[in-house]
Amino acid sequence: MRYDENPLETLMEAPLLSIRQLTVDFHTDTGDFRAVDGLTFDIPKGRTVALVGESGSGKSVTAQAILQILSKKARITGGSIIFNDPALQAPVDIAALKPEGEAMHLLRGGRIAMIFQEPMTSLSPLHTIGDQISEALLIHADVSKDEALQRTMEVLARVGFPDPKRALRTYPFELSGGLRQRAMIAMALITRPSLLIADEPTTALDVTTQAQILDLIKELQAETGMSVLLITHDLGVVANVADDVVVMYRGRIMEAGSREEIFRHAQHPYLQALMRAVPRFAMAENERLTPIREVKSATLARVHAPERPQPQGPILKAEGLTKCFTLRSGRLFGKPRMIRAVNEVDLELPTGKTLGLVGESGCGKTTVSKMIMRALEPDAGRVLFDDGTGPRDVHRLEGEDLTDYRRSVQFIFQDPFSSLNPRMTVYETLTEPLRIHNIGTPDERYQRVKQLLDMVGLDQRSLRRYPHSFSGGQRQRLGIARALALEPRVLLCDEPVSALDVSVQAQVLNLLKDLQSALGLSYLFVSHNLAVVDYIADTIAVMCRGYIVEEAPKSSLFRNPVHPYTQALLAAVPDPDIDRPLDFAKLRTDRFSNPAEWPEPFRIPDGEFGVMKEIEPGHKIRMGRVTTQEAA
Amino acid sequence: MIRFLLRRLFTMAVTLVIISALVFFIIKLPPGDFLSNLIYELRAQNDNASITKAEFLIKQYALDRPAWEQYLIWIGVIPGPNGFSGLLQGDWGWSFEYDKPVADVVGDALWLTLLVNLAVVIFIHIVSIPIAIYSATRQYSIGDYLATFIGYIGLATPSFLLALILLYYLNRWFGVSIGGLYDAKFAGEPWDWPKIQSFLAHLIVPTIVIGLAGTASMIRRMRANLLDELGRQYYVTAKAKGLGPTKALLKYPFRMSLNPFIADIGNLLPHLVSGSVLVSLVLSLPTVGPILLSALKNQDQFLAGFILMFVAVLTVVGMLISDLLLAWIDPRIRMGGGR
Repeated sequence: MRYDENPLETLMEAPLLSIRQLTVDFHTDTGDFRAVDGLTFDIPKGRTVALVGESGSGKSVTAQAILQILSKKARITGGSIIFNDPALQAPVDIAALKPEGEAMHLLRGGRIAMIFQEPMTSLSPLHTIGDQISEALLIHADVSKDEALQRTMEVLARVGFPDPKRALRTYPFELSGGLRQRAMIAMALITRPSLLIADEPTTALDVTTQAQILDLIKELQAETGMSVLLITHDLGVVANVADDVVVMYRGRIMEAGSREEIFRHAQHPYLQALMRAVPRFAMAENERLTPIREVKSATLARVHAPERPQPQGPILKAEGLTKCFTLRSGRLFGKPRMIRAVNEVDLELPTGKTLGLVGESGCGKTTVSKMIMRALEPDAGRVLFDDGTGPRDVHRLEGEDLTDYRRSVQFIFQDPFSSLNPRMTVYETLTEPLRIHNIGTPDERYQRVKQLLDMVGLDQRSLRRYPHSFSGGQRQRLGIARALALEPRVLLCDEPVSALDVSVQAQVLNLLKDLQSALGLSYLFVSHNLAVVDYIADTIAVMCRGYIVEEAPKSSLFRNPVHPYTQALLAAVPDPDIDRPLDFAKLRTDRFSNPAEWPEPFRIPDGEFGVMKEIEPGHKIRMGRVTTQEAA
Repeated sequence: MIRFLLRRLFTMAVTLVIISALVFFIIKLPPGDFLSNLIYELRAQNDNASITKAEFLIKQYALDRPAWEQYLIWIGVIPGPNGFSGLLQGDWGWSFEYDKPVADVVGDALWLTLLVNLAVVIFIHIVSIPIAIYSATRQYSIGDYLATFIGYIGLATPSFLLALILLYYLNRWFGVSIGGLYDAKFAGEPWDWPKIQSFLAHLIVPTIVIGLAGTASMIRRMRANLLDELGRQYYVTAKAKGLGPTKALLKYPFRMSLNPFIADIGNLLPHLVSGSVLVSLVLSLPTVGPILLSALKNQDQFLAGFILMFVAVLTVVGMLISDLLLAWIDPRIRMGGGR
């Protein structure tokens, strides 16, 4: 196929899809509202258009309108979606087609395919990958079942399945998130569509996997010449893969243009604000993110840490933490397998500081935080907590001491939706910790709750409301307020912002920073997002397969990342700066997350732990056995 | 898999042992038993021959021994007056009330009960699944409200009342007698074609009457389950593939929503046996329900014990079947992984 031989010629050609004055209205019990309002843009042939915006901006609704899979409450009430596919005789106006008509069924999945954000839930758990992928082909092409399976195998091989024949018979839950998304891509591409709609295709994936998936989409696009409509809120992803960018806000286009124009000369204040809200690596030492909506709190300026004895050393310390899990084997007579989730982890959290724990999903970071919280018993090692009277082993605490520890260490969860009880009002949620620990009279609790709400910038009138009436960011602030109710010393934050939009993320990160300086809190901040950790942490520990592989003050970690895994992680973060593109070639292999395949001297063979070695003050790296012997 | 089966069979056995003990001792709980009551009555009438027979039966079935010994003899693990002859050996005991072996009393009734209830289960599913799918896919439409309304009426109407009404009006308007499971003239006859025809004709009304309440609750639950699944992402994926709405619905959300019902099979069977007692009485169906009722009232211990044990075995086997079915249709359970 000839594309991009002459960019001008491509531009002159009629666009594959042109949306004109599209309006989508929602009709709900609480009233009608317009989700998409007079949207107009083009998707040229063979190019990638990124649709950017916060959640609720109408970008996903636009995608659903193109496929006519809007929910029952939504309806296209105006405008046109002209689809000019070379495979069809004449251009069609999708907006005028019946959602369940024959013509729409042919387009849907045949000429326009879609992949979704959650590869876990977008595939049926009851059907094999082979069945679900070949089904797409069987609907749209006149092929026999065997041919369809043959084609499925080819596509699976193309999207990077190591053993496509076996993959046909596997179920989605047997695959990793990355492979599931690859299967989704295979399902979308098996019919060779001319337009691929990717709705947040990498948001639920780890950074290294994200880079691989983006790379794959780019490659396939070059091969087939299809157009891609990429829906995302991540400006880093946009900067790396989009040709054109459309920025949406509340159903309207704020700004549109080529990638160059958008990133070099952002005109619209909304886009500029969005860019300022994203944490970047090259931020100055005391630079603050600027959220689109700042949290305002009068109380925050006045509160201060309660007077209490301060520990001499670190407030929290983990020594040689080790945890193994036994997995049931999948086969009939298989032996249960042992998984070493956490291997001899040492951590130190100084008072009033933030320790960032970074790693991809499954690396053991959550297990570590659970052991610190004493929700899990370690197999070896101990956790020491110092409340000013000297360090004590957390897992030996009993009775009164344990209750005190519970008060001192609180948890902030990842998912603001499921971590609040939907049947409890804000008042009940926030007073529950006080009631459990028998603190204060009802009047005092009421005062305390009002103070807490103000501290996280929420209105006191929300006391009688239930969690469902709050947005994701507001709920996360409620979660923070609940964690603060008992005046803790340490907060364990497990991915507290990864479920939030960029603009809200900046808001919550700033709030956490302000609370720390006002209340003298210490944070253990667990995240997979290096840029976020860079923004909030003082010291960063990088975890991989249960090992801490590198630990350093953040300045030296980013200036001089030594371990190959740290380097790979850093290289995989898409930067919203088009002068610093991702190096896809480097990230193509999976070798960097397997300790047995790290290059010498970092290689750790199975069954060994390696040793931490200090290369500059505070900067420690895990080395394999060879170097240990040299040192001895 | 084999280990799983062996483990399940073992727990089933333990469960049955516990149930049998409970059943036996609860039946024995009220003072006296059928025979002693009978002997008192006969003494009053001075019917010596009968008394001798009753006393013979007491000896024969070891009713003069302590309760725990009686229990073990009933189960068949210690020898009674006639050596080992208990449930394990297939000797189900003697019904004092009917003065016949238990096997003869329940014989036909057991199979008829199973047949009636099988018909009811099939009826419930055939009727409720299409209605549930209809009202779930057209949530808050007139049809949905109508189905819901009828469902509530079905739920709220006592089955025995419905049975009475049908009994009366069918007889009055059409002159059909719908009592029993076959025409009275076939009673005691061998099962030939005319009798089977008569049986099938008589099956219709009890099936509808017993099934209606179940249908209503099934529609409600199926609709709720389906509505849950219809909001799931994989259904959107299926539609985005270009699959037609009906096909997509049946292949994905519908199959997902079946799990709870398969898990329920184990509960369904015993519930139907005991739940249809009232209707069986009203329609004078020759099923085990009424037999069980009178056996319990008269402390006819072996008869009652046997029927209760039969229901227990049905439950436990039903549970096993539903577990195996679940493992068969749901790979997540089969492979013991995932969420």
